[in-house]
Amino acid sequence: MAKDKIQVLVCSGTGCRASKSDEIVKNISQAVIENDIDKDVQVIRTGCFGFCEKGPIVKMVPDNTFYVQVSPDDAEELVAEHLVKGRKVERLLYENPETKERISDSKHMDFYKKQIRIALRNCGFINPENIEEYIAKDGYMALGKVLTELTPEKTIGLLIKSGLRGRGGGGFPTGLKWELTRKVKAEQKYVVCNADEGDPGAFMDRSILEGDPHSVLEAMAINGYCTGADRGLIYIRAEYPLAIERLKIAINQAREYGLLGENIMGTGFNFDIEIRYGAGAFVCGEETALIHSMEGLRGEPGVKPPFPSEKGYKEKPTNVNNVETYANIPPIILKGADWFASIGTEKSKGTKVFALAGKVNNVGLIEVPMGITLREVIFDIGGGIKDGKKFKAVQTGGPSGGCLTEKHLDIPIDYDNLIAAGSMMGSGGMIVMDESDCMVSMAKFYLDFTVEESCGKCAPCRIGNKRLYELLDKITEGKGTEEDLFKLRNLANVVKDTSLCGLGQTSPNPVLSTMDNFPEEYEAHVKDSKCHAGQCTALMQYIIKEDACTGCTLCVRVCPVDAISGERKMAHFINQDICIKCGACMEKCKFDAIYIA
Amino acid sequence: MTKVKSLEDLKKIRDELQAKVSLREKAEHYEQLIQVKVSMATCGIASGAKETMEYMINELDNKAVDAVVSQTGCMGYCYAEPTIEITRQGEEPVVFGYVDIEKAQEIIDKYIISGEMVDGIIPVNYKTLKDD
Amino acid sequence: MDKIKLTIDNTLVEVEKGTTVLEAAKLTGVDIPTLCYLKLEDTAFENTPGGCRMCVVEVEGRRNLAPSCKTQCEDGMFVSTHTPRVVNARRTVMELILSDHPFECLVCTKSGKCDLQSLAQDLGIREIHYQGEKSTYKGDESPGIIREPEKCIMCRRCETACNDVQTVGTLSALYRGFGSVVAPAFEMDLDHSSCTFCGQCVAVCPTGALIERDNTWKVMEAIMNPKKTVIVQTAPAVRAALGEEFGYEAGTLVTGKMVSALRKIGFDYVFDTDFAADLTIMEEGTELLERLNKHLQGDKNVKLPMLTSCCPGWVNFFEYHFPDMLDIPSTAKSPQQMFGAIAKSYFAEKMNIDRKDLVVVSVMPCLAKKFEAARPEFAVDGDPDVNVSITTRELAQMIKSANLNFDALKDDDFDRPLGESSGAGVIFGSTGGVIEAAVRTAYELHTGKTLEKVDFNELRGFEGIRSATIDFDGLPINIGIAHGLGNARTLLEEIRAGKSQFHAIEIMACPGGCIGGGGQPYHHGDVSILKKRQIAIYQEDAGKPIRKSHENPYIQNLYKEYLGAPCSEKSHELLHTNYFAKKKKIEIE
Repeated sequence: MAKDKIQVLVCSGTGCRASKSDEIVKNISQAVIENDIDKDVQVIRTGCFGFCEKGPIVKMVPDNTFYVQVSPDDAEELVAEHLVKGRKVERLLYENPETKERISDSKHMDFYKKQIRIALRNCGFINPENIEEYIAKDGYMALGKVLTELTPEKTIGLLIKSGLRGRGGGGFPTGLKWELTRKVKAEQKYVVCNADEGDPGAFMDRSILEGDPHSVLEAMAINGYCTGADRGLIYIRAEYPLAIERLKIAINQAREYGLLGENIMGTGFNFDIEIRYGAGAFVCGEETALIHSMEGLRGEPGVKPPFPSEKGYKEKPTNVNNVETYANIPPIILKGADWFASIGTEKSKGTKVFALAGKVNNVGLIEVPMGITLREVIFDIGGGIKDGKKFKAVQTGGPSGGCLTEKHLDIPIDYDNLIAAGSMMGSGGMIVMDESDCMVSMAKFYLDFTVEESCGKCAPCRIGNKRLYELLDKITEGKGTEEDLFKLRNLANVVKDTSLCGLGQTSPNPVLSTMDNFPEEYEAHVKDSKCHAGQCTALMQYIIKEDACTGCTLCVRVCPVDAISGERKMAHFINQDICIKCGACMEKCKFDAIYIA
Repeated sequence: MTKVKSLEDLKKIRDELQAKVSLREKAEHYEQLIQVKVSMATCGIASGAKETMEYMINELDNKAVDAVVSQTGCMGYCYAEPTIEITRQGEEPVVFGYVDIEKAQEIIDKYIISGEMVDGIIPVNYKTLKDD
Repeated sequence: MDKIKLTIDNTLVEVEKGTTVLEAAKLTGVDIPTLCYLKLEDTAFENTPGGCRMCVVEVEGRRNLAPSCKTQCEDGMFVSTHTPRVVNARRTVMELILSDHPFECLVCTKSGKCDLQSLAQDLGIREIHYQGEKSTYKGDESPGIIREPEKCIMCRRCETACNDVQTVGTLSALYRGFGSVVAPAFEMDLDHSSCTFCGQCVAVCPTGALIERDNTWKVMEAIMNPKKTVIVQTAPAVRAALGEEFGYEAGTLVTGKMVSALRKIGFDYVFDTDFAADLTIMEEGTELLERLNKHLQGDKNVKLPMLTSCCPGWVNFFEYHFPDMLDIPSTAKSPQQMFGAIAKSYFAEKMNIDRKDLVVVSVMPCLAKKFEAARPEFAVDGDPDVNVSITTRELAQMIKSANLNFDALKDDDFDRPLGESSGAGVIFGSTGGVIEAAVRTAYELHTGKTLEKVDFNELRGFEGIRSATIDFDGLPINIGIAHGLGNARTLLEEIRAGKSQFHAIEIMACPGGCIGGGGQPYHHGDVSILKKRQIAIYQEDAGKPIRKSHENPYIQNLYKEYLGAPCSEKSHELLHTNYFAKKKKIEIE
């Protein structure tokens, strides 16, 4: 086999593809041919590198040069300079924002320094559409080991010992969950992969499926062996077309290699996997709702117990695990429980993938050891707050989580600490907010989401969330009263206490945690009609400073509703009754004469 | 395409496929490996740098030496092409000139594997393009 | 059975494993409030979505409140049903439900019988602290059933009735979150859907979201019109339930008071559908014997089993779901329609009234009867054989509106000739009754012998599917009985698969037959009410001097004077019908 001298890895995740990474691949491949080096150079599409802020990413191997924000037009230069002449293209290297130094190797970047990649180990490394690359990276070896050397009991014991907990948000010990399903006697059992990732801003599972689909398939087969299931189902939302396509390719390749199907590796173990499509309902991430949806029923949760381990898909024992949980399993089998348990905190082992978003400099997908602090994540990996603004809060756990503040920055991140702090791990969304974010509006944003995503089955979630939203809306409109704050808290507590499933039981968390952490903001809204963050337009007034206004009339011309009047060369005024607070006047004013009050 | 009929099969296939990703694996800890840079400008290619590089890659692999071979631009020693620069971990880079296949073999066996000096060093402590 | 002990409100209680906290609490004298929860004992109806959260309780060691209807007792469990936390939660959730419910109680059909209203009263809700947007939906005014989806509280009882029990599959939850509602697919009208108008959704709806079409005013208009002769027929099941609307114990027969009330309301003649039931037996029984004889003679064109056809919900069901089997049911019209046809021919001619000036009103335990009465094939030149059909509940309403003191009414008799009936006609109101009535007549017609014992206890009961073999003097006749359309489906699928051993099958759409019809007084989940009505029906039968349809002298006279013989040409013209395959028609507006 001719050996590649150079490999060009191009991120082909959804994010980078949206920034034309397909075209980059095309252009690089073409330039490689034109420069007659196609025998030595291989261009490979990989999964997500995680550093989405700086995408599209192109990585040169073997000298490990990490190019950022590459555009299709850069392809020719990259080939001519880097590949032909061996000279790095400086301008496309990552620039350390503090030292302004260009860094070519990603492991020297702050974004990557503190990361440990277990679930994402192959993302951005292998070609997800080629099973051979996965096999070369010890793919399916864990399955082989389990099938030939370990009993289901021993494998489950190993998982229990590793301390792996469900990465979908609940944090239930994975080994224990498998054991529950294993113990139930039934002729038919199922294992399910929950790929119904739906939190706003979260894309952990999508990235794993796009970047390393086989790791999930392998772990599902291991799960099947351990629990006694010969059929696996992947429930994935239809909005993830790329992940679906790669899964399909992966399943077909695994079947061709005999790694799925009958008599796997000659051990007599049969296992095959089918894909089921969801219509993109957040509630279908709840396992009973997910099962109902797979059965063709309305995607509504059922009351547990019975748990799916007893009565799941088609009333048969079913084990449901999340994508990221699965991706952790092959390395645990191969490297051992002790290795995994050595990473993380006492009760939360291993790593967690987060989708870091919001007002941080480095938005992206990160995998960090449990026990890392929020400060490290936001300031070291995330590169701090955008535009030099001040950190205010971070929302973890998506719409089910709560917001954490300055005072929580140094607690080690794990399942239990986050709950104790009033939030939760969730599936791994992490949205950072700065001083210009209004906490009431933030809570309203999440409630808007849960109102939309509630299935409507139970009354507190169906109506309660709507009323919570309406109360928050009233407050952001400046019409709230102190009594409303009291009602808000009571209603939030009741919805949390009485809702049928995890969605309603957690949807008030953003309200309660912002009320707890930022009571003064709520009070300012209702008592003083003030939004100090300046986000609630109803509470804002654009005012012209008389002494600074030159009467240039520029603002008059841009005002879309003719709210500004005044004589030329004289100070102008804004009629607050007409003003729609679009801010166009302030933006246009050359004399900084307009301010927000 | 091969059907995997046993764990042994899988291991065999994996070992065969290792080359597909070994380059990338090496790149991950690039600094800890012996780095071989082959000057691959027009002058180098004209003097047989491609063949030298090909040989180095295969031979290092055959001898299971953890090394990465990459290409680089013109080092300025056009008279001595093909030239290669070798960096052993923790040591200063050394540049060799006139590296034909025979020379390459000697460099691998002596300098790369056991650290013995070999003739043909271009006695200037030259650095290629700045590495980070 | 494993026993477990738990504490509920400081009372120790021992229950069998599998008991819910709700059931266990009942044993300690605590009725935890429920709203969506509804179980009909001895039927397939079980609605426990756990959605309304009214029945939440505090269980020690659990983070959240637990729905007692879905929480199984565990050994050593410590449950509190009435803590401030529980009470506040219940009240708040009730306020939430009310905040998205129209405040139309004063004029709502369901007022006074509404589970939501009474629970809100029990909880003492006097103010709704959480007000906001209310949901709006497209309503539906179909011939039998009116949907007012704004009043839907998503208890899903109707959905359970429609899907799990009746296997009709019309109603299901649509949309999600605040906008979710139970409705036919695409919110199409029930008319255009697969709905059979069996009315079991209405029977279990806790609010006014599903109600019958109110025809009482149409009846009053006819009565007040001096040009019209208005006659009324009352179905057998009505007399066994009407009393409940006036505070009588379930199962009290109020036949005489009912007749008296109808007369006082202003009907010109008060007749009995039971008369037409006897007529139905003459036609259906004869048809069965004809088919049976041909079958015994080896005629392959004759299909057996023969299925009864008096239940309009059932007719709608097979026309829609089993269009390939339209030749199996008897062609005999239902008693309501036989009555209408005879009233507007024989009776009209006899009384010398133009059929257009004769208004036939039926009082039925049924909503599908409204639909049946409006079928175009049951009209002559656009004049329907039955002009208006009202339910037992609507009749009670009319009696109240007419200021009648029901209690004080004297018993009265039906008018002749269409008011006389045998006991066989009466038992039409219960599951198994039609086939028992048919057996009484068919036996004697077939064997030429007199029945020693007219009570066929083997055909009576409450199980969803029953079977019995009746000895027709050496000829064993296999009889099947199903009530509830889901049970009917089971038998029909057997027939379709060629596995049915029956000669005749009686099918009723509603649980218990007509006594459990969608137009009856609300049972609020108490199945013993249905069983008491059933007892009353058999009681009335037992008290009748004539117990076989063919012995009803007025029936004999009708054949003699007018029809000739059962299944004669004239009978076919007036008393038999055809069935139509209904296509699935989806119209999205």
